[in-house]
Amino acid sequence: MTSLLASGEALARLRGLPGVDQVGLEQRAAGLATRSIKTTAKAWGIDTAISMVDLTTLEGADTPGKVRSLCVKATRPDPSDPSCPKVAAVCVYPSMVATAADQLAGTGVHLASVATAFPSGQAPLEVKVADTEAAVAAGADEIDMVINRGAFLSGRFDVVFDEIVAIKRACGEAHLKVILETGELATYDNVRTASWLAMYAGADFIKTSTGKVSPAATLPVTLLMLQAVADFRAETGRQVGVKPAGGIRTTKDAMRYLVTVNEVAGPDWLSPQWFRFGASSLLNDLLMQRQKLASGRYSGPDYVTVD
Amino acid sequence: MFEYAPAPESRAIVDIKPSYGLFIDGKFVDPIESGGFKSINPATEETLAEIAAGTSADVDAAVAAARRAYDKVWGPMSGSERAKYLYRIARLIAERSRELAVLESIDNGKPIKETRDVDLPLVSAHFFYHAGWADKLDHAGYGDSPRPLGVAGQVIPWNFPLLMLAWKVAPALACGNTVVLKPAETTPLTALVFAEICQQAELPPGVVNIVTGAGDTGAAVVSHPGVNKVAFTGSTAVGRNIAKAVAGTGKKLTLELGGKAANIVFADAALDQAVEGIVNGIFFNQGHVCCAGSRLLVQESIADEVLERLKRRMTTLRLGDPLDKNTDIGAINSAEQLSRIRELTAAGDAEGAQPWSPDCQIPDTGFWFAPTIFTGVQQAHRIAREEIFGPVLSILTFRTPDEAITKANNTPYGLSAGVWTEKGSRILWAAQQLKAGVVWANTFNKFDATSPFGGLKESGYGREGGRHGLEAYLDV
Repeated sequence: MTSLLASGEALARLRGLPGVDQVGLEQRAAGLATRSIKTTAKAWGIDTAISMVDLTTLEGADTPGKVRSLCVKATRPDPSDPSCPKVAAVCVYPSMVATAADQLAGTGVHLASVATAFPSGQAPLEVKVADTEAAVAAGADEIDMVINRGAFLSGRFDVVFDEIVAIKRACGEAHLKVILETGELATYDNVRTASWLAMYAGADFIKTSTGKVSPAATLPVTLLMLQAVADFRAETGRQVGVKPAGGIRTTKDAMRYLVTVNEVAGPDWLSPQWFRFGASSLLNDLLMQRQKLASGRYSGPDYVTVD
Repeated sequence: MFEYAPAPESRAIVDIKPSYGLFIDGKFVDPIESGGFKSINPATEETLAEIAAGTSADVDAAVAAARRAYDKVWGPMSGSERAKYLYRIARLIAERSRELAVLESIDNGKPIKETRDVDLPLVSAHFFYHAGWADKLDHAGYGDSPRPLGVAGQVIPWNFPLLMLAWKVAPALACGNTVVLKPAETTPLTALVFAEICQQAELPPGVVNIVTGAGDTGAAVVSHPGVNKVAFTGSTAVGRNIAKAVAGTGKKLTLELGGKAANIVFADAALDQAVEGIVNGIFFNQGHVCCAGSRLLVQESIADEVLERLKRRMTTLRLGDPLDKNTDIGAINSAEQLSRIRELTAAGDAEGAQPWSPDCQIPDTGFWFAPTIFTGVQQAHRIAREEIFGPVLSILTFRTPDEAITKANNTPYGLSAGVWTEKGSRILWAAQQLKAGVVWANTFNKFDATSPFGGLKESGYGREGGRHGLEAYLDV
């Protein structure tokens, strides 16, 4: 699947998108955040959330050793409980893909890599394409690309569109997640426009943030993107996934996101195939809450592994 | 599938007595004639308490107590001293807000998330706000040292029992008046707890008197010769009778009556948020809102899209146990109200409009009505003209802005209206054209103690809240 429309037609359609009212959007998100999720719903939610985690390490100081231990954790998040589901994917820099691929072989956990001069995206297109191809060649089956925010903010949507098309081509079979870096897009209208732009250009997922810019994922932004994917499917028949990333640290937060997925995009999106959490610290809180539900007692940080 | 587990708020925090007397002169007293009625939980039809039915003799006693308190204590008291009592009441309401929210849900049927997140914060805000005015009335724009009126007789409805009490009692007390209040017969319980709060705040006896009862009791309050000011919120039919009863007596009167508000969605609106506004406009509080956006006027070019989004959104509304924190739509307040809603929706059906409701499980006991929209509604249909006071939306379309305004204003009512557009100049233009007391732009059902509220035409007269609301309780 590549771009759905020719660049010109896609850009013309972006102009017809309805506006976003900030007050109303944030109010709706706040309302969804007050849904009370407990007992069986919470148990289901925690396991679902774990299975949606893209367990991520994106530090300059990452080593093969750290990546290996992360991969082991991804496969068996709670060593004390084999019934705990695996996470969806491990997400690393391209230089770490080969190590991770080796460790994850045969586990069924996907391997995602951030390419395209992550996190700034400030590199020539050839470099971004080469970055992507290298990650795919080393074994990544999911690519998280950043859009060219400079081009977007200066109104050169065609540049952004063409880059996404080029990266999608370089991905081959790999799934493409397009990071909008919503914290830099400044307005909700821009978030909606960028979401549709990415989807028209062929994104398999739209993702909020790199995690390197504040604010990263927020509930209103994610709600807006979920509305966009639902509308996009209604218009084109093609389903696109959503991945909030950065700043989601607690089980309570994760439950709010799942409620929003359920009520805005709909239950069709409640699976790791269509919704992911880009997170590193969220998993441990989910595991602690899971242990609490099972045992009736809070354990503590030493009852889950550090990485 | 994500099935939310039930998350009911505990009832244990609420202590409902088996029976309640009248609150007169600072004490709970038995009515002079025995007799009363039951207040029931509309979600379960369970009897909650026996409520005394006050007669005109009880109203006499209440008015006499209010008069004594006015002459001897409350009237002569300095504004800053009155403010202390009002602040104390406001704080006590805030402290007991969970208890009051649960009780309001049980007695009224409205969802706990609305009593907890909307009603109670507004109730205490009204007391805090008016406490602030008590010593600043000289600066309210009504001349030097405006005088209170005396005894205020107040009759309030069942849709926002405690909030309507706050709207009436807080400004009356802040301005130096004393009060005889009659709550609605189906929802008296929070008013009776408010009476306890007055005791707790050591409010001087007689400043607030609460006489429960039905229509006769209310009639006795408003027609009592010792009452100087009448304030009523409720139906237009009753309001008309009150206006007749009060005419020529020299009593000051404010009426806040029915509505059939237009919610106008222009083609350039932020559609998702407009849909939220439509939902909030009509399904908030089961549509038991006098300013509910019960007539949707949507521009023809986007009508299909808005309808599709609205239906999709309505499938996520959760109807059921009002005490469950996940409930969006609670119970209809009474069997009587439910039959009125049924009668009007049947009329909509018979006149050729098309109803639609999402799949919705209706509980076995209690009074319930699924959220419903009617498409193909014409101006001449009863459901486009009469107030339904339930979760029923009539959808009409328009082609030009002028047509929207013409249709919106073509109603005997004039309480509120909503405008949805991303174009600022259109908002200002529409707000000027619409004959309604409140016009919301890109939002709906927003209330604030500082903002005056009230209607035009058959929606009544006078304002409540804000600086303007003080006028109703001052001799100006």
